[in-house]
Amino acid sequence: MLKVGNTVNFTPLICAIMTTEEREIEFQAKIDNGQKIEPKEWMPENYRKQLIRMISQHAHSEIVGMLPEGNWISRAPSLRRKAVLLAKVQDEAGHGLYLYSAAETLGIDRQTLTDQLLTGKAKYSSIFNYPTLSWADIGAIGWLVDGAAIVNQTMLARGSYGPYSRAMVRICKEESFHNRQGYEIMYELANGTEAQKQMAQDALNRWWGPSIQMLGPSDAASINSSETMKWNIKVESNDVVRQRFIDRTVPQAIAAGLTIPDPDLKYNDETEHWEIGPVDWNEFYRVIKGHGPCNKKRLSDRQRAEKEGEWVREAAIAYAEKQNKKMNSIAA
Amino acid sequence: MNVKDISDQGPLWEVFIQSKSGIPHKHAGSLHAPDAEMALTAARDVYTRRGEGVSLWVVQSNSITATTESDSESFFDPADDKVYRHPTFYTVPEGVKYL
Repeated sequence: MLKVGNTVNFTPLICAIMTTEEREIEFQAKIDNGQKIEPKEWMPENYRKQLIRMISQHAHSEIVGMLPEGNWISRAPSLRRKAVLLAKVQDEAGHGLYLYSAAETLGIDRQTLTDQLLTGKAKYSSIFNYPTLSWADIGAIGWLVDGAAIVNQTMLARGSYGPYSRAMVRICKEESFHNRQGYEIMYELANGTEAQKQMAQDALNRWWGPSIQMLGPSDAASINSSETMKWNIKVESNDVVRQRFIDRTVPQAIAAGLTIPDPDLKYNDETEHWEIGPVDWNEFYRVIKGHGPCNKKRLSDRQRAEKEGEWVREAAIAYAEKQNKKMNSIAA
Repeated sequence: MNVKDISDQGPLWEVFIQSKSGIPHKHAGSLHAPDAEMALTAARDVYTRRGEGVSLWVVQSNSITATTESDSESFFDPADDKVYRHPTFYTVPEGVKYL
């Protein structure tokens, strides 16, 4: 029987013919076969929950991520850099929207997700709770934060859930300009005047640690990893992704003439990997729990934006309803 | 905090993009908007920042009817054993051209 109505973004009830156990076996076989799962298919309740959690947190991170960078739009050093930064921040808004759209295919609505962010119930990436203190921070963010995001998102693009995986592909394409924009800023500053070089180095000193942390806790400490990896929501572990980011980024720093702020950093000739010193996981958990430098400000900025935009939403809805009434009375 | 009315965001729309003329429109994602005109401009801003399309369609999500996974087998089954719909089922005599 065909289902009429909200079918593209609606998941049907479990068919009575198969038991839950049989469904789970069939589902796991699809995952192990590398098949994509689409919105209208049966899925374990925890698969749905994990995805809603991951995708919505990812979406919130994009939206909140607009704030530290938006801070420097009015003070970009040149018109070109201002236009470029505007385009980057616009992209982040778009990325958030792609992700909310993907989350909605799982049977949760946009308003609920927005409320979870605004009431502080939902998490977003720890990295966006840090302030942008100088123009060089904008460079550090594009280079390191977007750089880490690209490594993570390229991995997630191979994940099992169709809409999330497709959103990752679209985002990765757009993210590469962000990465180059940031590196270009850092490279030019590092090869500029002494004051510019110091500004770049200072930004790197502050953003390196949090960027390493943003890829998530080490595997043993990651509570969600075993389920997300069993179901190919995540395809590789946080530690693997983190190592890939480090190996790519250290040579970039060397090429720019900047120093990674880690006295224990060394290259291992045998493993051919760059090894870092201990990660400050206490800082990570402190920030995630709400005690970072900007957590309160980020949340209050989002709450204010929602409140100040209310008249626009009301006006748009009122206009749409008025037009609807007109159409209906003409048709009647 | 008050629980907001879901309609505050407007209904959900599905977005389809035609990347260039001659190619079919392809599903790109969804968005919320109060009416069709705003859905179209929002679709342009969200999904075509890099010249991804020459044409956009927006359709309210609840206007779309789709098959469900549990229906799929029985719904599509009848086509599976009609191999005679494929040209490869037929033998062409040797030397005969343009068939």
